[in-house]
Amino acid sequence: MPEMSLEHVTNNYLDVLREIGNIGAGNAMTALSQMLQSKVDMQVPQVRLLEFSEVGAMVGGEEQLMVGVLLGVEGDITGSIMFLVELQAAKGLVKKMMMGYDSGQPGLDEMETSAMMELSNIITGAYLNSLATLTNLCIFPTPPSLTVDMAGAILSVPAIMFGELGDNILMIQSRFFDEVEVDGYFILIPNLPSYQKILSALGIV
Amino acid sequence: MGNIITVGMADLKTCKSPDGLITLGLGSCIGIAIRDPKTGIGGLAHIMLPDSTAIRGNQNIAKFADTGIVELVRQMERMGALKARMVAKIAGGATMFQSMSKNDLMNVGERNAVACRAVLKGLNIPLLAADTGANYGRTVTFFPETGDFHIRAVGRSETII
Repeated sequence: MPEMSLEHVTNNYLDVLREIGNIGAGNAMTALSQMLQSKVDMQVPQVRLLEFSEVGAMVGGEEQLMVGVLLGVEGDITGSIMFLVELQAAKGLVKKMMMGYDSGQPGLDEMETSAMMELSNIITGAYLNSLATLTNLCIFPTPPSLTVDMAGAILSVPAIMFGELGDNILMIQSRFFDEVEVDGYFILIPNLPSYQKILSALGIV
Repeated sequence: MGNIITVGMADLKTCKSPDGLITLGLGSCIGIAIRDPKTGIGGLAHIMLPDSTAIRGNQNIAKFADTGIVELVRQMERMGALKARMVAKIAGGATMFQSMSKNDLMNVGERNAVACRAVLKGLNIPLLAADTGANYGRTVTFFPETGDFHIRAVGRSETII
């Protein structure tokens, strides 16, 4: 079996991931739009392979307050998926989803947390569905776990998972517009054997 | 007051007082601050994983507790610090998500803290203070002049260890 490392990803592979990211994020936005019952526009997602040191800057600084939702991935492949969104944007989305509910707290209260988890469930579910359809693999998420903290601290979790493979992290940034512009980030972290499975399923290796 | 030098993720830096060192948003990673009080030479490493020998792609020595701390000490010695005088403080190693505490791979914050303590012990560098664990991120600033290690977290007042 060839040695897998993220630094050795070919352009071809990045293209495939970009396409999966594109379709996945597209589906996720459709799900979001249905949930919010309003039109959500999105830009073509950016798929980026980043050095650990660049990750913080990409999301607006290591100390930017963000909501991170982590879900396990099970089925034919295993790993994790994370959805990240800036705290204020998350509050806006939740408010819209809950007909104007606003806890007025600096973070998220219990209601907002639960709504945000539901929202993340639906959009990461839509994302994983696209991946499952494209690869013909059975992929499903485990229940989400949510935290509100500094971007750097949240991103340390996927960074460490990627850190076992190499020195880069693969992030999919999808910018969408509701009434305001919102940046959402997906980070899919398959474990090592799962990479191989995804690539084989797509006919790349 | 001196300059504050930023240390990134999987990175390490040294400085001489009155300069200080900062690393932003430590989650499960750990910030290891070491200083030689006599010379005012200090160092800060931001490690991500406990053990370089458990990983195949281990070229980045600043990423691991074992290789990162050893390299930090080496760089400080090269600047004129004496290992026998060095003292350390550590912070970070949080469990950011509840679901992470379940399995070994996930509970990397705790494993990082254990590894840092073991490596420091192996080098005979006393660990003066530690703020590890819990479930929140930390930004840390280290001043080798005084040895003060400032810890900032969201919604909490700043502490100094």
